[in-house]
Amino acid sequence: MKLIDVGDVIGMSENVNTNKKYSVLPFGPQHPVLPEPIHLKFIVDEEKIIDVLPNLGYVHRGIERGCELNDYKRNIWLTERICGICNYIHGATYCAAIEKITDTEVPVRAKYLRTIWGELGRLQSHLLWLGLFADAIGFESLFMQIWRDREIVLTLNEKTNGHRIHLATNMIGGARKDIDDSLENEYKKDLNLLRKKMDALKPVFYKDSAIKQKCEGKGILSKNKARFLGATGPTIRGSGLKEDARLTGYEAYGQLDFKPVVYEGEDSYSRMLVRFDEVLQSIDLIEKAFDQMPEGPILNKNDKFPMGHTVIRTEQPRGEVFYYVEGNGTNKLTRCKIRTPTASNIPALINMLIGYEVSDIPTIVHSIDPCISCTERIVYVRRNE
Amino acid sequence: MKTMTKARLKSPWVLHFDCGSCNGCDIEILAALTPKFDAERFGIVNIGDPKQADMLLVTGPSNKRNQRVLKNLYEQMPEPKVVVAIGECACTGAIFHNCPNTNGGIDKIIPVDVYVPGCAARPEQIVDGIVLALQKLAEKSEKEAD
Repeated sequence: MKLIDVGDVIGMSENVNTNKKYSVLPFGPQHPVLPEPIHLKFIVDEEKIIDVLPNLGYVHRGIERGCELNDYKRNIWLTERICGICNYIHGATYCAAIEKITDTEVPVRAKYLRTIWGELGRLQSHLLWLGLFADAIGFESLFMQIWRDREIVLTLNEKTNGHRIHLATNMIGGARKDIDDSLENEYKKDLNLLRKKMDALKPVFYKDSAIKQKCEGKGILSKNKARFLGATGPTIRGSGLKEDARLTGYEAYGQLDFKPVVYEGEDSYSRMLVRFDEVLQSIDLIEKAFDQMPEGPILNKNDKFPMGHTVIRTEQPRGEVFYYVEGNGTNKLTRCKIRTPTASNIPALINMLIGYEVSDIPTIVHSIDPCISCTERIVYVRRNE
Repeated sequence: MKTMTKARLKSPWVLHFDCGSCNGCDIEILAALTPKFDAERFGIVNIGDPKQADMLLVTGPSNKRNQRVLKNLYEQMPEPKVVVAIGECACTGAIFHNCPNTNGGIDKIIPVDVYVPGCAARPEQIVDGIVLALQKLAEKSEKEAD
């Protein structure tokens, strides 16, 4: 810790008194709470957080430029590796964008398959987050318990396409793999088991007084602030706003009678409950999709090169992802712009942290489910305008 | 075998640094520590402090911004130390080979002892890589004692 003259710091908030000296508390890039490198500079007065300066770029790889250098079909694997946690939805969104430009009709069964795998990815991500959150607030046994249950989902991934993390079943125009009857039964059986395990854990998240004390009233994000700062995903739904890209009914969500989970608490606790309920909701959605899924082809090949431009938005575990894809009729794209949910949640995170104590940092930072490797795109931020 | 070496091999403390990976390997490292794979039965403990670590687990291809952090972490670790590169992109850069901001493999920044391939590397492979790295740690530890 060292004392600095705050007048030197760019982008300070209104509650900084320029005549006073504050301490600067660095957080990251290598920190035990987060497995990923992000550098946050906390300007603190005693124990109280006055301002936060995020410092990104540690995971920037230049994927958007890479997308322009590769063949457009190979970009599926590259976009899947933007983030290993929400890999399937990244790939599916990219495929959907290319399908939109090249006017490819996706078979109905493939749409259902994408919905199922997308929800499976959400399950995996939310379980991962619940475990990490439990670890961040000091519940190591709960972390271990949830990660043991998460292995059920990863085993399903492995049964589907032979890999635990990267499902890699995306293809432009449909899917690479089908789910046959025996695999479908395994999905249903395993997800039932998962639901039982989550039901057993429900009282811990809903009633445990220690969890409540650590999360309730921490990191308040009011409705207006959430909308103004452009929060997405469980972060905005925890503030009582019904915002979800799945409501647009892309893939098969239109037929599944989908209703987003919304909590009114506006704090870290309600954001946690949103994610916990979404775990149960995802299991229901997968089962519903299996009941409605029709027989038929899964792939509609179209080798037309992308010409023109389009935007597409889908819902990831962390919020809304936005793709802008532009092609000029050759096998290489001219632009692929990606905006990921954590990038739009970071202004909200900074706003949440101000005014709380240093010991609340892990809870609040974790409550937006930061995924730094998603976030590392170049973003142009205008302040004070 | 000297007493210190014996103690080191019994319980290697690992430090994990994400050097720009897609998170796939990072969550597999964490999965290796959780009940199904349970790396702690080999005494492997994940620690956040480089000054207490014997082994550095690095994921991701490393870029122009975090190479300084990686070097810094490596230099802060006490001797003897070993480095395990986890995942295809930590070994060679792999899928990010033509992305403009990557270095392509962490062995261009720090010396690497064990390469664990796979995208993402499976927890079994990661535990295997760590156990292989223990042999190197034993050699280095013996050399230091002499």
